Amino acid sequence: MALTSPESKVWWNEPVGRAELTWIAIAFLWGVFMFSMMVWWHLEGNQNLSNEVYRVSPAKFEAKVEAFTEKYKVREEADIPVAKPEPGADVYMLSRLWEWWPILELKKGQTYRLHLSSMDWQHGFSLQPVNINIQVHPNLEHVITLTPTQTGEFSVVCNEFCGVGHHTMVGRIHVVD
Amino acid sequence: MSITADTTVIGGIAAKFRTCPATGLQVDLAAERLIKANAVAAIVFLAIGGLFGLLVALTRWPAVHLLSSDMFYLVLTAHGLDVLLVWIIFFEMAVLYFASAIILNCRLAAPRIGWLGFALMLVGALLTNVTVLQGDASVMFTSYVPMQAPPNFYLGLILFAVGALLGCFIFLGTLVIAKEEKTYEGSIPLVTFGALTACIIAVFTIASGAIILIPTWLWSLGYISHIDTVMYKLVWWAMGHSSQQINMAAQVAIWYAIPAMLLGAKPLSEKVSRSAFLMYILFLQLASAHHMLVEPGISSEWKVFNTSYAIYLAVLGSMIHGMSIPGAIEAAQRRNGFTNGVFEWLRRAPWGNPAFAGMFLSLVLFGFLGGISGVVLGTEQINIMLHNTLYVPGHFHATVVAGTTLAFMAITYLLVPLIFQREIIWPRLAKWQPYLFGLGAAGISLFMMGAGTLGVSRRHWDITFSDAALSFDYPPAAFLMLGLNGLSGILAAIGGGLFVVIIVASVLFGKKVDASNVVAALGPTPQKQMSDTVSTYGSAGTFHLPGTYILVSIFFTAFVLYYFVNWKYLSELWQLG
Ligand SMILES: [Cu+2]
Repeated sequence: MALTSPESKVWWNEPVGRAELTWIAIAFLWGVFMFSMMVWWHLEGNQNLSNEVYRVSPAKFEAKVEAFTEKYKVREEADIPVAKPEPGADVYMLSRLWEWWPILELKKGQTYRLHLSSMDWQHGFSLQPVNINIQVHPNLEHVITLTPTQTGEFSVVCNEFCGVGHHTMVGRIHVVD
Repeated sequence: MSITADTTVIGGIAAKFRTCPATGLQVDLAAERLIKANAVAAIVFLAIGGLFGLLVALTRWPAVHLLSSDMFYLVLTAHGLDVLLVWIIFFEMAVLYFASAIILNCRLAAPRIGWLGFALMLVGALLTNVTVLQGDASVMFTSYVPMQAPPNFYLGLILFAVGALLGCFIFLGTLVIAKEEKTYEGSIPLVTFGALTACIIAVFTIASGAIILIPTWLWSLGYISHIDTVMYKLVWWAMGHSSQQINMAAQVAIWYAIPAMLLGAKPLSEKVSRSAFLMYILFLQLASAHHMLVEPGISSEWKVFNTSYAIYLAVLGSMIHGMSIPGAIEAAQRRNGFTNGVFEWLRRAPWGNPAFAGMFLSLVLFGFLGGISGVVLGTEQINIMLHNTLYVPGHFHATVVAGTTLAFMAITYLLVPLIFQREIIWPRLAKWQPYLFGLGAAGISLFMMGAGTLGVSRRHWDITFSDAALSFDYPPAAFLMLGLNGLSGILAAIGGGLFVVIIVASVLFGKKVDASNVVAALGPTPQKQMSDTVSTYGSAGTFHLPGTYILVSIFFTAFVLYYFVNWKYLSELWQLG
């Protein structure tokens, strides 16, 4: 039994039952299939996380976000500027204790290059209720190609713990026709 | 009989033994004392960490919202540390000593080093706990840089890890002694092989922990100015995720051990089961990518390879065990005479024995809830929908609570009579304990996964965002899920509390176990209707195991369906590239 040494000293020569061999084969092929799914989705799927990343200092990234916001600002909401860039533009959102800045207004069906980085600790970009979740690091500028397919008001919740104000860290993205 | 100890001199070293009345094996008293100490420390931290868990669940229940935000993040940090690390690793030390010295009929290598390891682990666990409870170290179990805790937070973890490493070396040393002194013939038993797997993964895990925690400690002291955030996570998770693979190997070893003790179950094939453990050694400790699939700065190629444990070869290992273990139980029960129909062997299994019930529930809940959700969550693209949502703790409560913790509880019902030499008191209460705890743990897992699917963030004090400048509302179903999670947490806490009380009371006040009552003390076992067969391996003569085939088919169908449902959800997401 499992608590004693195998009764046959040459246990590796014992036959394996047909059912067990069948199950091993099925499980192995299923694993190969699941692996291939991830590779195939990179080639054919529409939801893949971009690998475009640059090193950037928090100060430099902040300057870029401010320039962007100034250029495209259309109004304010709760004292936070709302930027409405033209379709296809590079758009910026920074995270810091405890806000996402600025608010963005995007057009449905248009593709944007969204730049994300943090000014301080790690944060979690969690777009709700769409449910797209991306980790945000300081010193790294992550460029995500994003195409909204719904209109409405969407929230960016921080889902990486970032201290005592973590649960107040909410940002916003509007999508219009 | 159990009290008299004989001194035997082996290789110039005297060790004191008693003879186990159940097995006739020599039990090294030094090993026995270390097993007791580690098991007791484990259960104390389970009680503390479990209580913290209940407070977390009651705070996340919006209608109750028990703790203040500061206390919530503090308690959540302590909860993760005490149950995910301290309870589990202390218990694993007991498992390692049991699987080497006791099962191999051998003396334990260097018991004094074992006590040094125990002391280091205890001091480390206390130091980190005190630092967290003082309030300046609410950085979560993961302590992602550049968030910083006081130096003692990291120092405690380092001491704890060094202590555990000493325990691993004693296990390996005991294997060497047993081989040299020929305390067993042929190959080591399968359960010991499983423990060896756990030990090898543990050494890798602890080394990774040292590589990342020592520089982080120096950084916290001010000697190092900068720690790279991505590198930190990469190495930290080589500890954090791999340490859960120690659990995996240890719990699979227990899944083999309990049916062997209670039913006389034999592995269907030693070759297949050992190969499956070998796949764990080779591939399971990959997968530090599981928490880094939506991280910038890491290539998709690496993520896909690492998250799949090299094309799912470690998952293959688990799926093999998933058939071998119920198969071994079915074969044993059929040998014992329960041959009617497809499922008589299962119906007539000793469901009233908490060791068996706990073991089987652990196997089923781990497979269906923890295993399937783990593969789905660890799929690179699907992770975009689930990263850092409550789905993540939902998944790992299925693996670590419903799986590992329940398996450890189950084997404790056998360790108490065999090692502590006490009967379980209140056997009728003990009978219900695994069901209560299992149901609670299953509920916690399912409802957190449900809330996570709806987008609810993990590690979050207030999902109503009442203090936020911009408002947001999660769907009402999310609030329902968190309420049900709170109720399940209460159920699991009752089940866990019962376990602690029953075990502590049994150890202190249980009736002494000797040759006259040791078999009964192991709890009810099925009445054998036939004598033990002379078959040399589990499936001989019972190659046909229809019940197991049906169970495995149900599992595989659920796996495939759930996998594709999630790809369908993903395909409806905003386009990302
Ligand atoms: Cu944040």
